[in-house]
Amino acid sequence: MKRIAAAALMAGLTFAGQAMAEPVKIGMITTLSGGGAGLGIDIRDGFLLAINESGNKDIKVIVEDDAQKPELAVQIADKMVQSEKVDILTGIVWSNLAMAVVPGVVGQGTFYLSTNAGPSALAGANCNPNYFNVAYQNDNLHEAMGNYANTANYKKTFILAPNYPAGTDALTGFKRFYKGALAGELYTKVGQTDYATEIAQIRASGADSVYFFLPGGMGIAFMKQYSQSGISTPVMGPGFSFDQDVLGAIGDAAIGVKNSSHWSKDLDNAANKKYVAAFKAEYKRLPSLYATQGYDTANLILSAVAKASVKDKDAFRAALKEAKFDSVRGKFKFGNNNHPIQDIYVREVIKEDGVLTNKIVATSFTDHQDAYAASCKM
Amino acid sequence: MSSALLIEQALNGLQFGVMLFLMAAGLTLIFGVMGVINLAHGSLYMVGAFACAAVAAYTGSFWLGLVASLIAAAAAGAIVEITVIRRLYNRDHLDQVLATFALILIFSEGTRWVFGSFPLYLDIPKVLQGAISLPGGGQYQLYRLAIIGAGLIVAIGLYLLIAKTRLGMRIRAGESDREMIGALGVDIASLNTIVFALGAALAGLAGALVGALQSVQVGMGEPVLILAFVVIVIGGIGSIKGALAGAILVGVVDTMGRFLLPQLFALFMQPSQAATAGAAIASMLIYIVMAFILAVRPKGLFAVNA
Repeated sequence: MKRIAAAALMAGLTFAGQAMAEPVKIGMITTLSGGGAGLGIDIRDGFLLAINESGNKDIKVIVEDDAQKPELAVQIADKMVQSEKVDILTGIVWSNLAMAVVPGVVGQGTFYLSTNAGPSALAGANCNPNYFNVAYQNDNLHEAMGNYANTANYKKTFILAPNYPAGTDALTGFKRFYKGALAGELYTKVGQTDYATEIAQIRASGADSVYFFLPGGMGIAFMKQYSQSGISTPVMGPGFSFDQDVLGAIGDAAIGVKNSSHWSKDLDNAANKKYVAAFKAEYKRLPSLYATQGYDTANLILSAVAKASVKDKDAFRAALKEAKFDSVRGKFKFGNNNHPIQDIYVREVIKEDGVLTNKIVATSFTDHQDAYAASCKM
Repeated sequence: MSSALLIEQALNGLQFGVMLFLMAAGLTLIFGVMGVINLAHGSLYMVGAFACAAVAAYTGSFWLGLVASLIAAAAAGAIVEITVIRRLYNRDHLDQVLATFALILIFSEGTRWVFGSFPLYLDIPKVLQGAISLPGGGQYQLYRLAIIGAGLIVAIGLYLLIAKTRLGMRIRAGESDREMIGALGVDIASLNTIVFALGAALAGLAGALVGALQSVQVGMGEPVLILAFVVIVIGGIGSIKGALAGAILVGVVDTMGRFLLPQLFALFMQPSQAATAGAAIASMLIYIVMAFILAVRPKGLFAVNA
């Protein structure tokens, strides 16, 4: 499957580029099979949409599937850097895969642009000039929701997340800004799909609100079971749990839930309007935040390619850092650690023309920077 | 801790156990009668869930979806038995593991090819929506009670099938001595296909029932498959009674462990650390129980041919 997909893409993208002297080679490693494939497919589709829109014939994208396996991602990265000689790597969805791939790749002088994963370990003391995160630092959306919980006057929030690094980071991020007391704190098994035990404890705890970080199928299962349990305590989550890729599967149970995101389809700027319309026309579905991160990453690369040759590493790095592109987020800039400084919004799930989607109801942070930037010596 | 919470958690454990039983019953029958380790059993669970979600979305009826899940999973099971498994009866367990693992990959990518990568939506039928009051002031989700009921009905039905019918007699005979019943003129090939399809239908039913609670997506069967193996090892491989006892034991131990261990740890640790440590130990708990049971009874609780 992945070979066919990659071959088809190569065929599609190289037919016009053969005559060019010095093409820019981009390697995309992302998750196209297994339970997490929806995220990788969105990143790829958003990325390729921007490349195709640009009409830039010098750019060649090679896409490979990591099947959400760190060891496979490392092999692909090695192959892309050593034998394919790519100039830029991008595309990884998951933090554990990013941790396995990124340090080695940027150490060899290849650029890596993150389209999703933002582990704290790469944002602080181990930041690297060749590593750019175009998405967010992992804690950001959780921090925004912790901040929002204060605004919403919640005093007793019950929080839960899976028992793995991104899960503990998530709850740490939430607690960093949340000022109320905790009604309870739970860590569930990764991949767990039955939350009856946890929901019973939420009911018994007397919480006035619930915050959860359960990516992918875990969140779908939790929301469906929660809505059927007879509890009316309001739920909050990060944008991942209520984005376009999962809303359809959660169903109407999600309506009214507040969630945090650095992007929303209704953000009022020209680039975003054009992007949402183009994505819908091309793929016959609404874009998710993952697709958006892929789209912004591609546009960032295009803006840098227009200014400097990718072979001149210093000039290209400076062009990336400038981030002079029309982000669909409205404004976008990099902090000292090459992680975004951006606004983070609170969205509410609504039903629009029979489709579940989000609309912005508040701004939680303006020009928010991650908590690790200070320990990065760049 | 209130009694309502304890009752609710006990019911949760029972419901989880009943769901595991539906998976484990088929797995243990297939192993008992044919001696095949079927890693693709989780894929049949997924087939059931997808069939139910697709038919329910098309017709608007969960019940038609449920019927479709039984038919689709049984058909998939029969096809798999005839085309692949039949060639493996006399082969090494390692060959069986390899072939059925390949089936997992084929089913997963095939399902993605047909239905796409995004999870499907499957909702609880209208009559089973909502929660009912429990004695002691708690509430319990009606649909979960229905799953418990459905599982117990299946358990009774299986018992009657195996203990009282001619087919059941042949299945029991097949478990004791395959060659002998073949020599006595029983058509082993079709018996195998029927048993495999029956086991597959049970897995498909479990997938459809659980699909309405969780998310219907590619790869949903594998985590359940691992637990189903734990169940049949605890219960005694080949024993339906063992599968029921093992499933309810695993369901209750896992649920109570997740519920009580973090609270126990919180008595002498920081809340945040207790939550992490408790969750970690809770996820190991059923394996610890399995090791303990195997140390005492190496062939499981209800060993066949013990």
